[in-house]
Amino acid sequence: MFKYFEPNRIFSITSKAPKYVLALFIIVLTIGLIESLVLSPEDYKQSHSVRIMYVHVPAAWITLGIFTSITILSVIGFIFKIQNFFLISKSLAPSGFIFNIIALVTGSIWGKPTWGTWWAWDARITSMLILALFYGLYLLAWRIYQDKEQVFRTTTIIAILGIINIPIIKYSVDWWNTLHQPASINILSKSSIHSSMLVPLIIMTAAFALFSLLIFLMKYNTELIKIKNKGLDRL
Amino acid sequence: MINELINMNGYGLYVWSAFIFTLLNFILLYVVIKIQYAREKEKFISKFGTLNSEQASFAKSQSINREILSNI
Repeated sequence: MFKYFEPNRIFSITSKAPKYVLALFIIVLTIGLIESLVLSPEDYKQSHSVRIMYVHVPAAWITLGIFTSITILSVIGFIFKIQNFFLISKSLAPSGFIFNIIALVTGSIWGKPTWGTWWAWDARITSMLILALFYGLYLLAWRIYQDKEQVFRTTTIIAILGIINIPIIKYSVDWWNTLHQPASINILSKSSIHSSMLVPLIIMTAAFALFSLLIFLMKYNTELIKIKNKGLDRL
Repeated sequence: MINELINMNGYGLYVWSAFIFTLLNFILLYVVIKIQYAREKEKFISKFGTLNSEQASFAKSQSINREILSNI
């Protein structure tokens, strides 16, 4: 089954896909921005500041999703010795890191009008900051180590250690008294958020997911060409 | 209408700065990755140009190399 993940097989798709993904991303983002900045209602308590949710929440969801994917791919890649899974993980990391930074900064901006402070050492914020550090370490490991085996081992260890933080981020609002409210959206049960706010949130999440797919494809293609460059040196 | 959209009951500065920060990060990341991609591709093409005919035909036997060259 893993032969379908061979770079030679998928490069013909990944090299052509970015332009279509970019076009789709621009369309979905435009709709999402109109929905979230113009059409969606203001909150009765937070007024217009609630609109920050449409960038803050999708960014947080995607950064968590990407780190989880990186860990799963790294562990499978390490066990079954699939180099391409490491390449996919490496290509996912930049957008995951940027979304983490976006979640932290927009959260801080949202915190000022809502809580009266730019920053608090609240469980959710602190655990998100720790996740950013793990992303940083992960990206740094790829830069520092030249030896393939060493970088695969180190990045897998960082990913495994970092994944411990993911449930802490998710459940921090339930386990501790934090400034953050408990989750308003549940996949398994009824969400407490109104559909007029849920729709722009879903559209913006789709736009952000498309952006991370775009960055992933471009980075993955770059990494493949880098490998091929080394191959030409050996000829 | 426009004033209301910009001001947002006094929350405009917060809302707009959050959205602008997000979009600027998107643009920055896209540009950085695009430059990295272009540089690697350029390197590949110039290296390919230095190969002799035997090496070039061997390199071209790999579909991925043909794909990289075809996307110039």
